[in-house]
Amino acid sequence: MITTWFKSGTPWVWLNAAAVSACLIMVIGVLGLIVVRGVGHFWPSEIVQFTYQEEDGQIKTLIGEHVDTSITPAEMAKSTGHIMAEDEDTLVQYLLKTGNRDVTRNDFRWILERNVKQHQTPPELMVVERREWGNFYGRLLAVKENGTIIAEGADAWPLAQSRIEDALAVFSEIAHLEKKEVGAINYRLEQLRLEQKKLQLEKRWDAAAEQRLAVERAELEVTYKKYQAQLTELYQKIRRDSLLAQTGSGQEVQIPLAKIVRVFQPNTMGLFDKIGHYGIKLVEFLSEDPREANTEGGIFPAIFGTVMMVIMMSIIVTPFGVIAAVYLREYAKQGFITRLIRIAVNNLAGVPSIVYGVFGLGFFVYILGGNIDQLFFPEAAPAPVYGTPGLLWASITLALLTLPVVIVSTEEGLARIPKSIREGSLALGATKLETLWLTVLPMASPAMMTGLILAVARAAGEVAPLMLVGVVKMAPTLPLDGNYPFLHLDRKFMHLGFHIYDVGFQSPNVEAARPLVYATSLLLVLVIVGLNLSAILIRNHLREKYRALEG
Amino acid sequence: MTAQHTRTHSIDVSSILQGQKNTDQPLEPCIKVENLNLFYAQKQALHGVSMEMPKKKVTAYIGPSGCGKSTLLRCINRMNDLVDNVTIEGRVLLHDENIYDKSVNVAALRRRIGMVFQKPNPFPKSIFENVTYGLRIQGINDKRILEETVENSLRGAALWDEVKDRLNDNALGLSGGQQQRLVIARAIAIEPEVLLLDEPASALDPISTLKIEELINELKEKYTIVIVTHNMQQAARVSDYTAFMYMGELIEMGTTSELFTNPRKKQTEDYITGRYG
Repeated sequence: MITTWFKSGTPWVWLNAAAVSACLIMVIGVLGLIVVRGVGHFWPSEIVQFTYQEEDGQIKTLIGEHVDTSITPAEMAKSTGHIMAEDEDTLVQYLLKTGNRDVTRNDFRWILERNVKQHQTPPELMVVERREWGNFYGRLLAVKENGTIIAEGADAWPLAQSRIEDALAVFSEIAHLEKKEVGAINYRLEQLRLEQKKLQLEKRWDAAAEQRLAVERAELEVTYKKYQAQLTELYQKIRRDSLLAQTGSGQEVQIPLAKIVRVFQPNTMGLFDKIGHYGIKLVEFLSEDPREANTEGGIFPAIFGTVMMVIMMSIIVTPFGVIAAVYLREYAKQGFITRLIRIAVNNLAGVPSIVYGVFGLGFFVYILGGNIDQLFFPEAAPAPVYGTPGLLWASITLALLTLPVVIVSTEEGLARIPKSIREGSLALGATKLETLWLTVLPMASPAMMTGLILAVARAAGEVAPLMLVGVVKMAPTLPLDGNYPFLHLDRKFMHLGFHIYDVGFQSPNVEAARPLVYATSLLLVLVIVGLNLSAILIRNHLREKYRALEG
Repeated sequence: MTAQHTRTHSIDVSSILQGQKNTDQPLEPCIKVENLNLFYAQKQALHGVSMEMPKKKVTAYIGPSGCGKSTLLRCINRMNDLVDNVTIEGRVLLHDENIYDKSVNVAALRRRIGMVFQKPNPFPKSIFENVTYGLRIQGINDKRILEETVENSLRGAALWDEVKDRLNDNALGLSGGQQQRLVIARAIAIEPEVLLLDEPASALDPISTLKIEELINELKEKYTIVIVTHNMQQAARVSDYTAFMYMGELIEMGTTSELFTNPRKKQTEDYITGRYG
């Protein structure tokens, strides 16, 4: 009976189906977890006011977001030092995000449910997102201008809103001036300093050159003075106003408008307000620079760095891989040596990625980069230009890492081109090279794209080697900007994978950053999916175009 | 080693040619094969083959599978060069010029000797690009010349009316018979002197086969044609001369009518009457 069941193949089918299901469940689980944890991060949750009795009997008012609830069995709670009553089975604790780090030194605290005396959601509670010290939770008391109160009580809220709007406009103007205009002047001044040093090194520094540089410097100086005056004015404007607010415990806090990103009262917001708020936060997350040691604000530089690095890597790895594969498959005499090379290439794919990082640092950065600096940038010494980790070295290191994948799939693609096609081309008087260029390589292009897709998937997710060859926690400038030569391959950059590690494990406020870790993970997955999808679309287009002969 | 295994079957081609009735023009040989031996590694595939193929006539090679007829055909445009470990001895003369001479440019040679393979092998490009492939290799990119050539070649291959409205469609969308005629158009677009057809109809249905055969009849006005076929009726229908090969040797060659009606060798008779093969 059981043997016939085994012979029928049913258990085998079940086993196969189970394996597939297990894979599916894991994939859905991973995606589900990061989606659920990450997507909720930007939703404005309501602010609760707890009347709370501390363990020493003191009654306190706590204001904050209820983030998490933990239920601990009585036995376990006792062992961790909690005093439990006889009839209590479990210990219920709330995790409260209380913010106000400048006042309380902590963003989060655990409270015991049994000590909560009252639980309210007053509408006037507000959240202030600040550029420093994290969120503020409390009540608005007044709006001040130059230190004098200009609105109080019910009038304060609408005035505060309009003043903040003005302040934000000024702030973005300041940011633009400082980053773009003054940044460009600084860049130009640095170029002039390097030029002077170069001329001196080459013994071409004479009165004419000195005069020319002096004139240019003076011009830049004039523009700089102009911007400086504008900036001073703007700073005065933005520093004029401030908010007077009260914490849950009654302490009064003055918050300058220059430090405020936005103010809102989540307890009064309807569903549509919340959706709007969510949208704004999402756009901020995708398009702005990070704040507060990366735990707040956006992650645009990291997205940009990741995509840029992957594109650079693709540009480097594709020609190398394809040329190597063409030689191995089309020109090299098949034999012991080619077999040995193939084995070596395949094994290269198995080398741990951190080893590539070490190699990249040792060879590309120090040897290659160091020599480039000596040869081409002697004026910059002792500051390195290419002799330090940067985008170029990171891209090349990852290109090396993904080279085997591209070689192997291109070779497979070349092997699949039917002999009859090659003969057809040769019979028309084409040389081997013409046959390769006009027929074989285009037909093998979908296979090259497959290799590239695999390479992108691997490279975009790699973090370990990048930490050694170019990724940093916080890059002040993007590798692509408006200053000539626009693409700065020597610059360090930010990366989503490293950002996750940094925010999740290196930030001062790990608890606060946890949802951000999930959100960033989700984004990293989306970026990789996006990059892969575009590569797959190109491949499918090529496949359709160069559909191989049937039968 | 070669000398021991080589047996020469010389055939007096000129006597055959003279023996042909109703010749109103003198026949000029286009390709001469002289004592050709071919080895795949240690295995000898052709044994001292010598023959002449007259200009603007159709010569058919018949014989059982593996008798070397395709190998012989592929010697004429040096396609066998692509095979590893192949050794070729003897000469093949195209207008008295040995194509196996060291000074011969193989790509240029193949422009003079076009070839059509057993299975249609259009490139995965448009019909237009397929036909112009050989011209573009020669650096001809003038749109007017290309268009003219495409039309002439497709007309020459009796395909123009079927595809003139979709020249930019992918050639792989054509039927097998159309693909084979496209491949012929592609071959005649570069105006070769000789067309080699390696079982051109073996992968096609009877109607397409008929069209290809009609086409061969038209093409011989302009080209010297050599066709390999395993189908004796086809050889009888389309060719002027027929060579019968067996085990790498040329057994007998003569005008088609003579070879089929009055074979001189017993082996030939046995084969064409279906006693073996």
